[in-house]
Amino acid sequence: MATTYKRKPTKAEIRREQMEAAVMYPIDWLEERSGLVGGVKYFLFRNVPSDINWMQTLGSAALTAFLVQAITGVILAMYYTPSVQTDPATGQPVAWESIRHITDDVTMGWLVRGMHKWGASVFIILMFLHMGRVFLFGAYKYPRELNWIVGVLILVMGLMEGFTGYLLPWDQTAYWASVVGINLNGTAPFLGPWLAQFLRGGQEIGGETLTRFYSIHMLLIPGAIIGLITLHLYLVIRLGVTSPPWSKEAAGMEPAEDGHAPLRPGLTRPVTRNGNGIAAQGEPGGQK
Amino acid sequence: MQPEQPSPENQHEEAHLPSPSVYPIGFAIGIVVILVGLVINPELISSIGAVIALVFGFLWARDATRDLRGEPVAVEPERREMVEAGAGETAPPADQQGVALPVVPETAVTRSHFLEGATIGLGAVIGGLITVPVAGFALLPSFLGQKQHKVDLGPVDKFPIGSWFIATFIVDPAQGEVSRRAAFVRNNGSVTDPSTKKQVPSFTIISNRCTHVGCPTQANGPQGPTLGKPTIKEHTANGPAEFVPVIPAGYGCPCHGSQFDTEGNRTAGPAVRALDRYGFEINHGRLVLLSTYSVSHVVGTGGQAQIYKYKSTGPGQHVDGPEAWFYPLQPPHH
Repeated sequence: MATTYKRKPTKAEIRREQMEAAVMYPIDWLEERSGLVGGVKYFLFRNVPSDINWMQTLGSAALTAFLVQAITGVILAMYYTPSVQTDPATGQPVAWESIRHITDDVTMGWLVRGMHKWGASVFIILMFLHMGRVFLFGAYKYPRELNWIVGVLILVMGLMEGFTGYLLPWDQTAYWASVVGINLNGTAPFLGPWLAQFLRGGQEIGGETLTRFYSIHMLLIPGAIIGLITLHLYLVIRLGVTSPPWSKEAAGMEPAEDGHAPLRPGLTRPVTRNGNGIAAQGEPGGQK
Repeated sequence: MQPEQPSPENQHEEAHLPSPSVYPIGFAIGIVVILVGLVINPELISSIGAVIALVFGFLWARDATRDLRGEPVAVEPERREMVEAGAGETAPPADQQGVALPVVPETAVTRSHFLEGATIGLGAVIGGLITVPVAGFALLPSFLGQKQHKVDLGPVDKFPIGSWFIATFIVDPAQGEVSRRAAFVRNNGSVTDPSTKKQVPSFTIISNRCTHVGCPTQANGPQGPTLGKPTIKEHTANGPAEFVPVIPAGYGCPCHGSQFDTEGNRTAGPAVRALDRYGFEINHGRLVLLSTYSVSHVVGTGGQAQIYKYKSTGPGQHVDGPEAWFYPLQPPHH
C-alpha cells in the first residue's frame, strides 16, 4: 500500500493510508495462512457466461432460504421443548406449551417462528423453481448430471425436513398429519411396516416419536443438507454456469467478450477429454 | 550433461532437531502421577508428582535451550556409507537428472504401501467399532422389548347387554395422555363356546383406528348428551377412562371418508379391511383389554359373529388377498 507522493502527504492522506493498512492487515494475515481470501475471490469473481439472467439466481435464493431456516431454527431450539408430558401448570403438553410460549410470550418469537414456518415453504418452492430452471435450460446435461442427482437428494432432504418439522408443534393437526404420514410409509411393500415402526420409535406413536423427529429434524437432515449443498456448490464452481438455451454466444454466433473461442453452454473452463477441450456440437472446431 | 552425483549434504536432509531427550517422558510421568494423586491421595502422591514434573520440566527446559545458551549441540554423526552411483541400483531414468533409484521388487510391500493399508484398515476398524453400536442404538430400540399393555376398563356391570359405548382409555400409564386410545365396546352377553360348550362372556371391542392410514373413526349416530344418557367416568388401574353411550349406525373416518358398519366391516372409502379389534379377558369381574388383532371381514353380528382374524398389522396393509403378499414380515410388536 505504499503510495509515492510527489509532495508531502497531507494528514488526511496519511490517515487514509493508515486506515487501509489497518483494514488490510487481518485480511493479509488470513490469506497468507489459509488462502481463503483468494478462494472467496475466485468464487465471487469467477467467469460466468455473459448472457445469464435472473433465472440463474434461483439456486442462490434457495440457498438463502435454507440459511434463514438454519438460523431461525437454531434460535427456536433455544426455547422449544420436545416433550409429550403434560405441563402441570397449564394442563397442556409441554411441547405444545413451549410453542405457545414462543409465539405469545418471547419477544419477537412470533416473528422468528413465522419466518421458520413460512420459510419452510419458501425453501421448497424455490428448490422446485430452481429445478424447473435447470430442466428447461437443459443445464442437467453432460457434464452436470451428477449435480442434478445431488440436487434431487437435497430436495428429498428438504421434504423430509418438512415432514419431521410438521410434528413438532404437537397440536391435533401435527399429530394426525404425522400419524397419516407414518402409516403411508407403513404401506410401502415389504419394508414399509419396519420403516413405520422405526419412525414411530416403537409400535405406537408417542414421546419417542416426537424426540426422534426433533433430532432428525434439527441434527441429522440439516447436517446432510449442508454436506450436499457443499458438494452441489463445488460442482457448480468446477463445471461453471450454463448459458440459456437461446444463447447466441454459446451457439458460436458471437465471440465471447474476451475474444476467445465461444464456450459450450456454460463451460467456462474447458475440461480436458482425450487431450482436447470439449467442444459443443455445431461449434466451430467442435467434434464432427 | 554430466549426471549430478548425490553429495553427502544432499543425502543428509533432515531438519536440525534437538537430539532425543528422555526429559519430556519424565515430565509426562510427573503429570500422570499428579493426576493419579488427585484421585488417590492429593497431598502425598500429587506432591511427589509435582516434584517429578518440576525437576524433569527444568531439565527439559535446560536441554531445549542449550542451543541458545551457547553450548554445543550433540548431533549424531552421519553413519551411512556413501554408495557409488549405479551400484545395486537401476539405471537412472532420463528425466530424473541422473539421481539413481533403488531397486524395488514388484512384489515387495513398500513402507508407504504398508502405511497406506494400515491407515485404511485401522480407520475401517475404528469406524466399524463406532458405527455398529451407534446404528444398533438408533435402530434396535424401535423393534426390541415392545411390551404388551393390558388395559383395565373397570367392572363389566356398567356395560348393559346390547348397548354401545365409546371407551377412551390410557394404554400405557408411563406414557400418559399421549397413549390414550378409543374403542367401541358392546356387551354381547353370554355365548356358548363351541369347543368347551360352556357359557362365556362375549364383548365386541372395535378399535377406532381407521384401517386406511390410522385416523380416528367416529361413531355415526347420537351419543352422550344427545341420547340423554350420562357419560361414565372411572379411574381404573391405567388412569382415567371415559365411557360415552352411543347408538352407532356405523363408523366414519373424518380424514378420507372411509365408512364401516357397526361390526367394523368396510362399507366405503379407501380403507383396506375391517376395523381392528381388541382381545379381552374378564379378570375378577373387570374387563381387561389385550392386544389388538386385524380383521379382514366379519360375518354376522354380536356374539354369533364370525370374525376372520389375522395377526395385528398396521393401517393400510391388506391382510388377505394378493395384496397381502406385499407385507410378508411384520416388525415385532404386540
